Amino acid sequence: MAAQGRDAAIVGIHEYPSRDVEGEFSPLQIKAESAARALEDAGLNWSDVDAIYDAGDGGGMAGLTISEYFGLHPRIIDTTNVGGSSYEYHAAHARRDIAAGKARVALLTYGSTAHSNAMAIGVGGRGGGVHPVDNMESFAGMTLVSNYAMAARRHMHQYGTTSEQLAEISTATRYHAMRNPQAVQAMQDLEFLDIRETTVEDVVNSRMIADPLHLLECCMISDGGGAVVIAAPDVARDCAKNPVWILGTGEATKYPEIGGDITISAAAASGPSAFAEAGVAPDEIDVAMIYDSFSITVLTLLEDLGFCAKGEGGAWVEGGRLRFDRPEDGPALNTDGGGLSSNHPGMRGIFLLLEATRQLRGESTSQVSDARLAVAHGNGGMLGSRHCAGTVILGRD
Amino acid sequence: MAEQPREPQRPLPRLKELDTRAFWEATRNKELRYQRCDDCETVVFYPRRHCTGCLGSNLSWYTASGKGSIYSFSVVRQSYHPFFRSRVPYAVAWIDLDEGPRLLSNIVGVEDPGADLTIGQQVVVEWEEHEELSIPLFRPA
Ligand SMILES: [Zn+2]
Repeated sequence: MAAQGRDAAIVGIHEYPSRDVEGEFSPLQIKAESAARALEDAGLNWSDVDAIYDAGDGGGMAGLTISEYFGLHPRIIDTTNVGGSSYEYHAAHARRDIAAGKARVALLTYGSTAHSNAMAIGVGGRGGGVHPVDNMESFAGMTLVSNYAMAARRHMHQYGTTSEQLAEISTATRYHAMRNPQAVQAMQDLEFLDIRETTVEDVVNSRMIADPLHLLECCMISDGGGAVVIAAPDVARDCAKNPVWILGTGEATKYPEIGGDITISAAAASGPSAFAEAGVAPDEIDVAMIYDSFSITVLTLLEDLGFCAKGEGGAWVEGGRLRFDRPEDGPALNTDGGGLSSNHPGMRGIFLLLEATRQLRGESTSQVSDARLAVAHGNGGMLGSRHCAGTVILGRD
Repeated sequence: MAEQPREPQRPLPRLKELDTRAFWEATRNKELRYQRCDDCETVVFYPRRHCTGCLGSNLSWYTASGKGSIYSFSVVRQSYHPFFRSRVPYAVAWIDLDEGPRLLSNIVGVEDPGADLTIGQQVVVEWEEHEELSIPLFRPA
């Protein structure tokens, strides 16, 4: 693979603005609305789309259902579902299919009404399923938060990481959220208390949900959705906005194994693959869109992606280093406000691509000056047990 | 089991699940079992029909001592599940059995799970009996 290849580019994006649709819109409707606005953003139309990438959030028989709903007859259907990282996989597969000449315009969509459905994603117990994993684990009552909390506890044990260091993730993200009107509206609609920039003390003094993770280290549960249009180079050159090129991608899995180390995520495998393919080093990255389900997710992924050495993430993030207005200190983190403070309807991966694209177009509400390179890293599944990693390196001309 | 008609119950494994049924059937006799391949000696856990280390399926069952250590843990303080909500705060933990397998369970028999547990702490299985099977919980050794 040629370094800095220009095989495919993100040419259209849309982030569905509402985080609380009050039961008045369906996931399918959110997907269709987002698709139309993203195509409009690109200067394209429904009839230009010849490839569909879908994680099944619109219902069963995913590829067929959504094709009919959109009124499309795609040449390519890819229904990869790896949780919140699905959209990084979709972007990687769209680029691959376009590079192979099998598609020219790919459409990725997401819609969720998790908040309206009152889904207790984070603290719901898991019912007794029929999959062998569920049959071995459901009896223990491991909530989603406690799954991640066990990764955090182990990280603290092995490397001396502190709650104050983890809190830096939350404060940097909220710093960006307060500059994003959609994020502020989201926090109002979801009835966050005391909506403002937070301090490390605010975070560590917030209520413990599952030791050692506090409330302000946990993502919100919103409604929402979005869409991404990815196109071949000749199409991209004629689109309305400047292309954001997909320079490199990586995929990896992680699950419990005898003697395994839960402080290391699948990003340790997907990250180097993506950076190598892109011909880019982590210290060249201007914007890091990292799946922030919880504070510990970001700390772990920053290390695994190579921004700092394993175990040194705690010290590395101290002092507000991850803010957008500190470009000399390395990448800005989750400049839209992240899943912690802007948008998390269950599978956040698409928003990582959206904000990375806004940054590389110069359209962010926490714009990094002259941003040229971004990474979007999705973690799908659960950090402390089993998950998929999808890394996408993006760059502009 | 005492009669508790309206008490929320712990979600229990299903004995019909084909990969894990032999594991759960053995818990009736309070045996904590795991598989090892006769051909390549790979320890397989969670239980499966096939070996993940070679292409065979000559897996034999072994009974673990029930001793292990805490690999990591968390104290759950909020749960919406009808049973677990009534148990907060409680400890969930990954337990490394002395024989190798790492399994998820709860740590019981401590007054304050937030203060009384540490990573690396030695633990031993404590069975919670149910009608058709027993649940392997752990307490400090
Ligand atoms: Zn074998």
